[in-house]
Amino acid sequence: MFWRKVGVLVWKDLLLEFRSKQMISSMLIFSFLVIVIFAFAFNPVQRTTQEVLPGIIWVAFTFAGVLGLNRAFAVERDNDCLLGLMLAPVDRTAIYVAKVTSNFIFTGLTEIVSFPLFLVFFNYHLQASLGWLVLTIFLGTLGFVAVGTFLAALASNTRMSEILLPLMVFPVMVPVLIAAVEATSTLMSGGQWQAVASWLRLLGVYDIIFLAVAYVLFDYCLEV
Amino acid sequence: MTKKIGDKAILQDVTLQVPTGGFVAVLGPNGAGKTTLLKILSLLLPPSAGQVKIAGRPAEAADPSLRRQIGVISHSTLLYSHLSAAENLYFYGRLYDVGNLPLRIESVLEEVGLRYYFHDPVRTFSRGMQQRLAIARAILHEPALLFFDEPYTGLDQHAIEILNGVLRRLRDERRTIFLITHNFEQGLDLADRVVILRRGRVVFNEETASLRGADFKKLYLQKVEG
Repeated sequence: MFWRKVGVLVWKDLLLEFRSKQMISSMLIFSFLVIVIFAFAFNPVQRTTQEVLPGIIWVAFTFAGVLGLNRAFAVERDNDCLLGLMLAPVDRTAIYVAKVTSNFIFTGLTEIVSFPLFLVFFNYHLQASLGWLVLTIFLGTLGFVAVGTFLAALASNTRMSEILLPLMVFPVMVPVLIAAVEATSTLMSGGQWQAVASWLRLLGVYDIIFLAVAYVLFDYCLEV
Repeated sequence: MTKKIGDKAILQDVTLQVPTGGFVAVLGPNGAGKTTLLKILSLLLPPSAGQVKIAGRPAEAADPSLRRQIGVISHSTLLYSHLSAAENLYFYGRLYDVGNLPLRIESVLEEVGLRYYFHDPVRTFSRGMQQRLAIARAILHEPALLFFDEPYTGLDQHAIEILNGVLRRLRDERRTIFLITHNFEQGLDLADRVVILRRGRVVFNEETASLRGADFKKLYLQKVEG
């Protein structure tokens, strides 16, 4: 029953995005702009550029992700649709799980499109094991979305939510960003999985803790 | 029950008992606490003190089976502008586990006169059409307890007739209805009990059988002016 309701809520989010294309288009355009600006600002063949590329990639992923997170609850504020969800016989944590799932899908799609563009624009020869790199990006994105969705719900109750959300998200995201950038950097420069195991463990633990905390507190977050 | 926000009492010692199938019109000036009362009764807000009981059971907001029995028309339509009329109803129907959903959607759209706008996006609807679709959304799952908060806002004469038709049908089916309105005539015509709120307190609570339109207007003004 719980997962069926989550499925219905995710279906609605995907259909809304398919119709409006507001979220995914702004996220893709932002990522593309970051790629182009950094590609012109740095010389792609310099070693320094290759070293900072993982950081640039995560800047693009997370900042584009914040754009998506801002929209995630803005669509529910129009016509007070969030009230409709709160009135429905749905466990309120199902709303959180559904929003995390939809935000993960939108952020993941942006990453799938923009990551190859980074490699092309920066003339980067990927030496990493693709599986471990995908796992790193998966865990990093999940942590970002788990925290971001919770804080987006909290910020959406304020009039300055679009300014407030990044200010709340990034300080909380510091452990995820450090772990994700370090693991990505090591893997992209040809490091083996043993070298990133501790970073991946940190990402995994962070994801579990913040998913659990947000899951428990989301009900109160909607009451604010 | 009492509801306080900070130190300010929005509702103070409100006691109401409504039998199954009762139709209550809640009247009062702006800021009297009508919408807060509706939010508490529809389990959106907890009271600061006191208790809401539905069918003799203490109402817990977390109880989905109880929320399935409730339908609400609020100031806002609670509809997604980028989805069509049918998609909005399909979404809410799935959340409320409505059986035979496609047929039920056709039936409610027919009832509110939007059958020919089945696939049209809600953003292309006029305010009145959106309000009619909001009515369809609220009655889609055939709730036993309905709350209507200013449902006449933005409706043209045709839509008012449709809404009155829906309200009469629901009353005849013995569903319990709360109607918050500024419109005395509609309230007196449809309801079997009138409650007047003033500054968060119930200042009048009588059956409509003994009230006449002209007298009631005078009485209402006396009550709200204190």
